Amino acid sequence: MKPHTISVIVENRAGVLSRVAGMFSRRGFNIESLAVGTCEEPDMSRITIVVNGDDSVVEQVMKQTNKLIDVIKVSDLSERESVERELALIKVAAEPGTSRAEILQIADIFRAQVVDVGSKTLVLQVAGDTEKIEALEKLLRQYGIKELVRTGKIAILRGTKTVKSSK
Amino acid sequence: MKTGARTLIDALQREGVDTIFGYPGGSVLPIYDELYDSSIRHILVRHEQAAAHAADGYARASGRVGVCLATSGPGACNLVTGIATAYMDSAPIVALTGQVPTGMLGNDAFQESDITGITMPVTKHNYLVKDAGDLDRVIREAFYIARTGRPGPVLVDLPKDVTNGQVKAGGTAQGKISLRGYQPTYEGHVRQIDKALDLIVDAERPLIYAGGGVIHSGSSAELLKFAETAAIPVTTTLMGLGAIPGDHPLSLGMLGMHGTQTANYAVTECDLLIAIGARFDDRVTGKIETFAPSAAVIHIDIDPAEIGKNKVVDVPIVGDVKAVLQAFLQRMQKRGDTASWTARISTWKAQYPLRYREDDHLRPQYVIEVLSRLLDGEGVIASEVGQNQMWAALYYCFKKPRTWITSGGLGTMGYGFPAAIGAHFARPDLPVVDIAGDGSIQMNIQELGTVAHYKIPVKVVILNNMYLGMVRQWQELFYDRRYAYTELPPVDFVGIANAYGVEGIRVEEKGDVLEALETALAADGPYVLDFRIEREENVFPMVPAGAAINEMIGVHHE
Ligand SMILES: Cc1ncc(C[n+]2csc(CCOP(=O)(O)OP(=O)(O)O)c2C)c(N)n1
Ligand SMILES: [Mg+2]
Repeated sequence: MKPHTISVIVENRAGVLSRVAGMFSRRGFNIESLAVGTCEEPDMSRITIVVNGDDSVVEQVMKQTNKLIDVIKVSDLSERESVERELALIKVAAEPGTSRAEILQIADIFRAQVVDVGSKTLVLQVAGDTEKIEALEKLLRQYGIKELVRTGKIAILRGTKTVKSSK
Repeated sequence: MKTGARTLIDALQREGVDTIFGYPGGSVLPIYDELYDSSIRHILVRHEQAAAHAADGYARASGRVGVCLATSGPGACNLVTGIATAYMDSAPIVALTGQVPTGMLGNDAFQESDITGITMPVTKHNYLVKDAGDLDRVIREAFYIARTGRPGPVLVDLPKDVTNGQVKAGGTAQGKISLRGYQPTYEGHVRQIDKALDLIVDAERPLIYAGGGVIHSGSSAELLKFAETAAIPVTTTLMGLGAIPGDHPLSLGMLGMHGTQTANYAVTECDLLIAIGARFDDRVTGKIETFAPSAAVIHIDIDPAEIGKNKVVDVPIVGDVKAVLQAFLQRMQKRGDTASWTARISTWKAQYPLRYREDDHLRPQYVIEVLSRLLDGEGVIASEVGQNQMWAALYYCFKKPRTWITSGGLGTMGYGFPAAIGAHFARPDLPVVDIAGDGSIQMNIQELGTVAHYKIPVKVVILNNMYLGMVRQWQELFYDRRYAYTELPPVDFVGIANAYGVEGIRVEEKGDVLEALETALAADGPYVLDFRIEREENVFPMVPAGAAINEMIGVHHE
């Protein structure tokens, strides 16, 4: 059992997300994370889904997803050289004084950006792979995380290959 | 300019639709108004569920797409069981539903229901048409998707302002359809086919396990040729009955929970299992770990998702069964030696025939046997669900594809009678019989109104045990004979039939069976036969749930 990052290119049509998500839940496939948005083709969207399961489960996930008429292409990116990223916004308690300075220092190390400065809080924006975001979250916890929001993971193949071009 | 409804009717005619099973209502008034002068025949059923089942029965009997039509809200919701039934057995139907006008969608308007949302899990695809200009294309795609690849139901939801809307007049679209997200694989991979043929030549105990895919793809002739050429015995699933003549020497009958002893032993002992258009359903495999335990497995299916889903496969072949079997026949160079295996199977067949007590009681198996003899394969048999279905599957000798119409995957009581109505319109040249239970027939008994109205000559054979018999059988065997809510008080089915204007007869003696069936088959119109059978007769053989399929009860022992 390991997480697989599945890229799904779909028709950009009403209801497509619910077809895909509904099929996953109906067949008992667990979605760890899901991100959806437009892609390089205006009439297509790209859904990136992280699922956990052994190889036979992931194979079923991919085949069942492929069966949906509005699904154009399904690829397992974890089998290939790819870049995976997610984004988090973290609102952390930061009273002026030493803790604020420490937080800024941590942010710097993680190459997180400060996107909002309040009188008692800072909002950090961090992009990276799951481990990086979780590491930052862990470090910031001691100061008090007021709110945290994460996108699903998105992923792209390295090099000249694209999911549409490859088999 | 023409209306959306006119565009719809024109598109249906282009698709070759000759019959629609439907029920009107407010949101489909524009469609009904166009149907009124159309050459398409509309059959008014008495419940929308029956419209969906009739479309399904029409599709299974003919191989063409069946069409049903219902109004929005309750009408559409009443179709759902029928659509789910078609989905589970891969029957190609197009369900048309009315919908509230687009401007009111999402407002909980009168008779609004989100039928595309509701049917997403039970359709191959569905559409909500929001622009009359899309109608022609959507209908074309709907029929294309329903009948190609692995067939299945497609629903098209039609808001009233769309069917009332104006579309530029003009011809309907023609030519090839290409959907970038839907490109079924038809030709099997040649290397896989050769690998399969190598296994076939080397096998000592090969067995073909043929399913509904053989029927859907119209490959019975290819199956038979292949089985005969390679001298490989064939067992079929419930859905595959008729794929090979039941009386053929290579035919072992049905396998699985109520399979024949020979079929289940053959599966257990074969060294090569060739699954053709079948999906290793749990009612077939029993305990999956012990299913064909010593066999290499070749699996041919048009749906790649079925391959490897339930059983690990050695040689997967994705493709149309017909194309793959043709390639098998073309590329096969030599055949293996199966003589001792087929001899072994013949011994089993002789040793373990189906049997029931042949006394002077009126037993259901006897009724089916007589019917089978009378029709001699020249008829269409629909069934309900339960013991009646299994007795029909076991004791009727199916000789041709598309002559057996039953709800396998969903097991829908109430399916058979409306499906038989649909089958009649697909095959008006053949007698059509619904083999029913007293429970199931009451789930769509209102369709007596339809058969009376149109004088549809469907014969209903009720195997009346005054029980929900199959459930009672499980209670007898596994719940200490505690018959919780499975006994049904006697019903005067002949009286009900007569009230609708349908002829009927009650049969209580074994000696009257033949004459009653002959009378019913000879009658021009519909007929109801109420056979008061031995009440606690059971369906055997039976594999208890979770057991290996060679562990049958109610069978011969040496
Ligand atoms: C719609 C529906 N409800 C419940 C069941 C569960 N069920 C399976 S067989 C059966 C009994 C059927 O009784 P009857 O039609 O009299 O047939 P018999 O088994 O007696 O031949 C029931 C209730 C079902 N298959 N379908
Ligand atoms: Mg009964």
